[in-house]
Amino acid sequence: MELKDLYRDVILDHNRTPRNFGPLEGASANAAGSNPLCGDRLTLHLRIAGDRIDDVRFEGHGCAISTASASLMTEAIKGRTRDEALALFDRVHALLTDDAAAPDESLGKLAALSGVREFPARVKCASLCWHTLATALKSSVPESIPAVSTE
Amino acid sequence: MNEAAARTPARPAEPAAFDVDVMRREFPVLSRRVHGHPLAYLDNGASSQAPRAVIEAVDDYARSHHANVHRGVHTLSEEATARYEGARDRVARWLNAASRTEIVFTRGTTEAVNLVAQSHARPRLRTGDEVLITHLEHHANIVPWQMVCEQTGAKLVVAPIDSRGEVDPEAVEALMGPKTRLFACAHVSNALGTVLPVERLVASARARGIATLVDGAQAIPHSRVDVRALGCDFYAFSGHKMFAPTGIGVLYGRESMLERMPPWQGGGDMILTVSFERTTYNSLPYKFEAGTPNIVGAVGLGAAIDFLDSIDLRGAHAHETALLEHAHAALAPIAGLRLIGTARRKASLVSFVIDGVHPHDLGTVLDQDGIAIRTGHHCAMPVMDFFGVPATARASFAFYNTFEEIDRLAVSLERARRLFGGDVG
Ligand SMILES: Cc1ncc(COP(=O)(O)O)c(C=O)c1O
Repeated sequence: MELKDLYRDVILDHNRTPRNFGPLEGASANAAGSNPLCGDRLTLHLRIAGDRIDDVRFEGHGCAISTASASLMTEAIKGRTRDEALALFDRVHALLTDDAAAPDESLGKLAALSGVREFPARVKCASLCWHTLATALKSSVPESIPAVSTE
Repeated sequence: MNEAAARTPARPAEPAAFDVDVMRREFPVLSRRVHGHPLAYLDNGASSQAPRAVIEAVDDYARSHHANVHRGVHTLSEEATARYEGARDRVARWLNAASRTEIVFTRGTTEAVNLVAQSHARPRLRTGDEVLITHLEHHANIVPWQMVCEQTGAKLVVAPIDSRGEVDPEAVEALMGPKTRLFACAHVSNALGTVLPVERLVASARARGIATLVDGAQAIPHSRVDVRALGCDFYAFSGHKMFAPTGIGVLYGRESMLERMPPWQGGGDMILTVSFERTTYNSLPYKFEAGTPNIVGAVGLGAAIDFLDSIDLRGAHAHETALLEHAHAALAPIAGLRLIGTARRKASLVSFVIDGVHPHDLGTVLDQDGIAIRTGHHCAMPVMDFFGVPATARASFAFYNTFEEIDRLAVSLERARRLFGGDVG
């Protein structure tokens, strides 16, 4: 278990300069997530047209793992349908928790999160944005901001 | 040596002058390694480690003396009872309580505060009454009061802290009004290290007829507390922060207060007689100890007090003060590091943030170097809000820590800063 397995260059980069960070004009779904243990807070904004995630941005503050994970997630889900995004969540979840998970080529840059598996205390940091996404996608009232917590 | 000298009974030995290397040998866990490095355990504010004497007392109890207490005439039950009650005697003496009946065993500080909130405060509080606390309290000294305020219609009033994390006694006194029924505050802040002027605050409250509770969870490992000199009505602390096991703690309560309080929980041990029509309650302190207590925890706590009694405590505390000064000096050169909590009277801990590095990541990086610190909000979210940070990193010291461990902390922090900051600044 090496520190650089957890903090890969991709993670450090997305932490230092998060992509799709900030408010989103015309968002049609929002959700807030928090991890009380470490004080991470994250708000996700989505603009959904029909079934497709047209645009996504996030705000908040968190550790390097949660910030990078959110940043990578926004890149990965933009342009995807709800079902595709949720299926991706399942694959990321397996990556984060399942030691036996086979390398998944389709994950692209998200595969950089595989080191998190060796640091059980940090899995929640990486999954916070995905849980928040699932809440946002499932929320039937698009303008409400339901809160999720990974504690 | 002549015969007379040989027969002279040994006087109780003066404890040997404090020596950190000798002290460390008493704590078995300190010799273990973490991720290939010697463990540097700097999370004593969360829970401290147990010395051999505590481990052995617990082991001896389990091997040879365990039985239920207060209910058997057989040998083991008598031995267990003697050890459990012996621990109570030690706590009473250690705190300079007026009587052993003033010592109630609880699960810890949290349960002790809840006991006072529900048994002392709840029957007395009326709509419009006030409970006064400070802004730097641990959640354990906030939430039980919020709950009882909700139950009774009383109001929670919060005294301010300043940018150093200090509590200005005049500001607190200004809030002690005709409606204030109870004042509760920490002796030492776990998130900031601030030592509160509890002697003055308790005296001010008493002069106004306000009941007082002091949360001593963080003070008891670092100082000798005399509850009668302090004059508080209640004093709460946890064993696991003073080198004893988890699951055991103490509520000290002034006898005249405890007498007037109804039992908190019902069950065995807290009764004298039970019939379906009527139950008569046991005397103090048993009225507040329903059910089989944490006997082995109390045995461990008693052993921890004996241990503290056997060492050069003054020397140990002087070492802690030196550790704090060393930590302040060692962390000062780290670019972007900001101390959270700079009170002039401070216990031996440093809480801090580093620009561009989340405390949680610091915790992981340091752990890889064998250094254990606490990161997060320290169960003191209002303190975090006050300083405008989501979380801090906290290194909290005990007398078995060394200057070298603090130097390692500084090196690791610098490494983390470079890793995340890309070495800007
Ligand atoms: C100041 C303070 N009060 C209360 C507590 C709660 O103690 P326990 O969890 O042992 O009940 C703590 C421990 O974290 C503390 O530091």
